[in-house]
Amino acid sequence: MRRALVAAAFLLALLGLWQMAALSGRWSPVLLPPPTMVGHYLLDAWRDGSLVEAIEVTLRRLLIGYAIGVAIGLPLGLLTSTSDFFEDTIGALALGLQTLPSVCWVPLALLWFGQTETAMLFVVVMGTVWSVVLATDAGARTIPPIYARAARTMGSEGFDKWTRVILPASLPFVVSGMKQGWAFAWRSLMAAEIFVTILTGFGLGHLLQYGRELSAMDQVIGVMVVIVVIGLIADKILFSPWEKFLHRRWGTGLK
Amino acid sequence: MTNDAEPRPSPPAELVVEGIDKWFRTNRATTHALDDVSFRVAGGEFVCLVGPSGCGKSTLLDIIAGLTTADAGRVMADGQPVQGPGRHRLVMFQESALFPWHNVFGNVMFGLRRKPELTNAQRRAIAEYYLTLVGLEKYKKAYVHELSGGMKQRVALARSLAPDPRVLLMDEPLSALDAITREQLCYDIQDIWRRRRKTIVLVTHDVREAVCLADRVFLMSPGPGRIREEFRIPLPRDVNSPELAHIAQRIMAALKGYLADTHEAAE
Repeated sequence: MRRALVAAAFLLALLGLWQMAALSGRWSPVLLPPPTMVGHYLLDAWRDGSLVEAIEVTLRRLLIGYAIGVAIGLPLGLLTSTSDFFEDTIGALALGLQTLPSVCWVPLALLWFGQTETAMLFVVVMGTVWSVVLATDAGARTIPPIYARAARTMGSEGFDKWTRVILPASLPFVVSGMKQGWAFAWRSLMAAEIFVTILTGFGLGHLLQYGRELSAMDQVIGVMVVIVVIGLIADKILFSPWEKFLHRRWGTGLK
Repeated sequence: MTNDAEPRPSPPAELVVEGIDKWFRTNRATTHALDDVSFRVAGGEFVCLVGPSGCGKSTLLDIIAGLTTADAGRVMADGQPVQGPGRHRLVMFQESALFPWHNVFGNVMFGLRRKPELTNAQRRAIAEYYLTLVGLEKYKKAYVHELSGGMKQRVALARSLAPDPRVLLMDEPLSALDAITREQLCYDIQDIWRRRRKTIVLVTHDVREAVCLADRVFLMSPGPGRIREEFRIPLPRDVNSPELAHIAQRIMAALKGYLADTHEAAE
């Protein structure tokens, strides 16, 4: 409770400074709108439905793309960690493509799929999948071999060994890999949405870009705030429970 | 403890190890790890393999468990050749190989869940029984990292006893513990062995541990790993008797002799 109050006070202080800076008159309100103006924009955009729609479009793309990326990346990562063949082929490919910023996939996606939802999903999947592969691979490699040996003597082989021993044992790394994948998916989608307009849906990135075109700084900052808040909420809902679970069981990160 | 809750143990198996040879080949060197190792363990007997590090005793245990294959020779458990790991030969490992994603109870249940002939109620009853046997019934919901080293090894013991193996293989189960905990766990292993009668092969580098636990002690020497001598411990045993201390001294002396030989041969 005390820590929540400290965080709230810090945030309020920041807003206060911002409001004073904006009211001091040194900068034009076009370039530095006060927080009250940003608040007005958010309220209006929420009421007329444009903000809600953009959030829906963006989250749908993000969640579907991310789910596909994890569904592909997780098994691939487990494969590359166990077989020299997959390590030298898919593992090397993942390492190479992970260094490629996913916004670089946008031109190719547009040529292949046109200005469609598929192009957006493709960029998100490409942004997610390689970092998930690499994190899962690294996780499965650091599992103490003694776990697998103990499991084998207790009659756990093959599929059972993979799902009941290797996967849970690599869970700490899988979760951090999924978290990293989430961050990559989020970044790549925002970049893609700012970069191209897709007629089937206007996401938060588009809203941000329109704000720039209209020189509506209150909209630009407002959408940025929304993006930050969504990131925070996603972290709390998607990853915090997992991390707490892991810390409790593994005895890591305890204060 | 009530006797009707006590699951009936399977009969202990007889182990025959015949002419085991093992080489380790890497790009840089070839090591002869085990050279023509043969011995026989009667059903229900407690045997210790003692030797300095590098004498191949852990490799030998792995081969008996079926986790490693030998280059020559074979291991027979009750007349059946060992071809891979199996539930009838469970291993209790050196460092604790407990699973952090399960609590204490879940760890003991792991092997039981892989026995399709049991119902869930039976599995739980068996797990409870063995946790009580090692004195940890109050800790069944605890996680592995919350336990002390001695408690972890007790859970490991319960986990390897619960699926009712006919042979129990122990790879230096006490070496990571402090002296007092080790002594206590030593008594407990003796006590549990008396009640549950398993064929036990225990690997250790601690001579005193060996003479306090085993019926027979095999002394191994490195380069290549061989069994050099066999010592029979007079029973009933009194861990504080001068006779036992004398045997321990003889084993130590023999061990030093073989080590000196190996060093000379190397020079």
